[in-house]
Amino acid sequence: MSIPLAKRDWNGNDVLHLYYQMWLIRLFDEKVDEMFAKGLIHGTTHLCVGQEATPVAACAALMKTDKITSTHRGHGHCIAKGADVSKMMAELMGRVTGYCKGKGGSMHIADLEEGNLGANGIVGGGIPIAVGAALTSNMMKENYVVLCFFGDGATNEGSFHEALNLAAIWDLPVIFFCENNQYGMSGSVKEMFRIQDIADRAVAYGMPGHVVDGNDLEAVYDVVACAVARARSGAGPSLIEAKTYRWKGHSKSDGRKYRTREEETAWKAKDPIARFKSRLIDEGIATEEQLNDIQARAKMEIERAVSFAENSPYPTLEMLEEDVYAH
Amino acid sequence: MREITYQEAIREAMSQVMREDERVFILGEDIGVYGGAFGVTRGMIEEFGPERVRNTPISEAAIAGAAIGAALTGMRPIMELQFSDFVTIAMDQLVNQAAKIRYMYGGKASVPMVVRAPGGSGTGAAAQHSQSLEAWLAHVPGLKVVQPANAYDAKGLLKAAIDDNNPVIFYEHKLLYSTKADVPEELYSIPLGQADIKRAGSDVTLVSTGIMVQKSLTAADLLAKDGIQVEIIDPRTLVPLDIKTIVSSVKRTGRCAVVYEAVKRGGYGAEIASLVAESEAFDFLDAPIIRLGGKEVPIPQSPELERHAVPQVEDIVEAIRNMMQKA
Ligand SMILES: Cc1ncc(C[n+]2csc(CCOP(=O)(O)OP(=O)(O)O)c2C)c(N)n1
Ligand SMILES: [Mg+2]
Repeated sequence: MSIPLAKRDWNGNDVLHLYYQMWLIRLFDEKVDEMFAKGLIHGTTHLCVGQEATPVAACAALMKTDKITSTHRGHGHCIAKGADVSKMMAELMGRVTGYCKGKGGSMHIADLEEGNLGANGIVGGGIPIAVGAALTSNMMKENYVVLCFFGDGATNEGSFHEALNLAAIWDLPVIFFCENNQYGMSGSVKEMFRIQDIADRAVAYGMPGHVVDGNDLEAVYDVVACAVARARSGAGPSLIEAKTYRWKGHSKSDGRKYRTREEETAWKAKDPIARFKSRLIDEGIATEEQLNDIQARAKMEIERAVSFAENSPYPTLEMLEEDVYAH
Repeated sequence: MREITYQEAIREAMSQVMREDERVFILGEDIGVYGGAFGVTRGMIEEFGPERVRNTPISEAAIAGAAIGAALTGMRPIMELQFSDFVTIAMDQLVNQAAKIRYMYGGKASVPMVVRAPGGSGTGAAAQHSQSLEAWLAHVPGLKVVQPANAYDAKGLLKAAIDDNNPVIFYEHKLLYSTKADVPEELYSIPLGQADIKRAGSDVTLVSTGIMVQKSLTAADLLAKDGIQVEIIDPRTLVPLDIKTIVSSVKRTGRCAVVYEAVKRGGYGAEIASLVAESEAFDFLDAPIIRLGGKEVPIPQSPELERHAVPQVEDIVEAIRNMMQKA
């Protein structure tokens, strides 16, 4: 770890806020897990517990005006880009006060005001969309960049390859950000790839590729900041691969037969939140007590979100046929 | 006989055929130790090994194309789409290749393959995981389309689909997986293109497909209490379609209703209604043919909206009652 935390420029973010956001993500998803188990949420969900550093660090390197595209495992991206957890929880519970009036649910949350162009139920579906959003930025000289989140599994879809090539030949301001959590559902990266690093695929499209420890908030921030600067300067896209791990099952019912409990334990020892907490304490940025308070504050925020959602009405039946076409 | 579930019936048909015919194999996402998203292939990799139960990367276009190439050269692949919605990604291979190869090559080649596709709404999985796009495929000459409504039909139709020398799209319904029926232990085949009268009646012919067969049976019980005798015909296969059985029933009852889960506009029920209108049954009609189908909306997540997006038992009861009053 090179630069002391106190001397770092976090793109104007308060470093303790980043710590808070990581807890907000973890506690949100743990709460969602609990609510699914109790049958309080209809549908399905994909949790990003254990993967909190990637969204927080990546979004910290963006400006508010920059945009992201997200995935089925998108709660972390959404929170990191500035979403209100109450409206997220309401969306998961199918309430009209949710981000999409309860029509989208967990896999389709979009928060356009904060630049989140949406989660996606189609693996790889958001990758070309990010390219199009970057095209607007160039054509309209808006100077925003687009950070495109996707998983390791998504890089085996044709959409990934076609989109990277397109962004490369048009020098578009996109940061292709792969959260390699070692599995696409049950498919291990060891079985689904003949390469060690997905970042190597960047070579095929003529853009830089970077591998980073996805559980190290600072390392992720640094590499994304670099790619953002490159994109904003007009030099074109980059591919970043952040190695991380999802702690829970793929979705709500998953016996995790395709991996070992030892492997899970080993990765849990690399907990991104605990690692950052030690850094904050070691460098004298905050005391253990202060950090525990931050965590407690995040917990209260999640409780507020649940009660907001639970007390919100469902959409009315008249709304079923609204919003199909734009006026 | 013993009762088994729809899901078990599908697995049993595949396993029994695979024990007899080494050319038959399965490929798809997470069909190995995970057992497939809906558990249909559970236990199969343990019996047949990874050569014949091939876990693929998330690459629907390549999976479909590889199945076609294998079929063209002597294998009889069964491809599992994780959700039928992802057929969109496999569509070029299915529509422009599989469907047309035999014809384009002047009858020299054949593509004996099955695409298993779990479809339908009712699980809260929202717009990209709940569609019923069977009419798209039924529109394409060269493809056959099967839609089993119970465990017995599922086993026999799947055997026939695997034996067929053409690409067959086999639509499974997620909500039917856990439903049970009496299913013979031995392998048997139900010819494609043979409708089944699921309930005999004299007042109205109700043509139902997929999950709507069950709903129609429940509706028919309720209507019988009012003295309305509904005849329920399940075509079981959309292509080829046994229009004869439907027409002869309508000639007896003088009334025809068609119910399907897919969006009403342009759904396959429209084809059935047109065929009845064009047939000799027309002169026997005492009332206009009616169709019940899904609302013209993407499937929403919020539970009540989702329920109202597709025909339910009460909608069928009401529609048939109205139809009887109009006579
Ligand atoms: C086109 C498509 N194929 C398959 C699926 C089913 N599915 C949903 S998530 C997933 C795994 C995705 O893996 P990855 O991209 O690594 O993301 P992760 O779930 O690990 O975050 C699969 C197979 C889907 N939603 N869309
Ligand atoms: Mg993954």
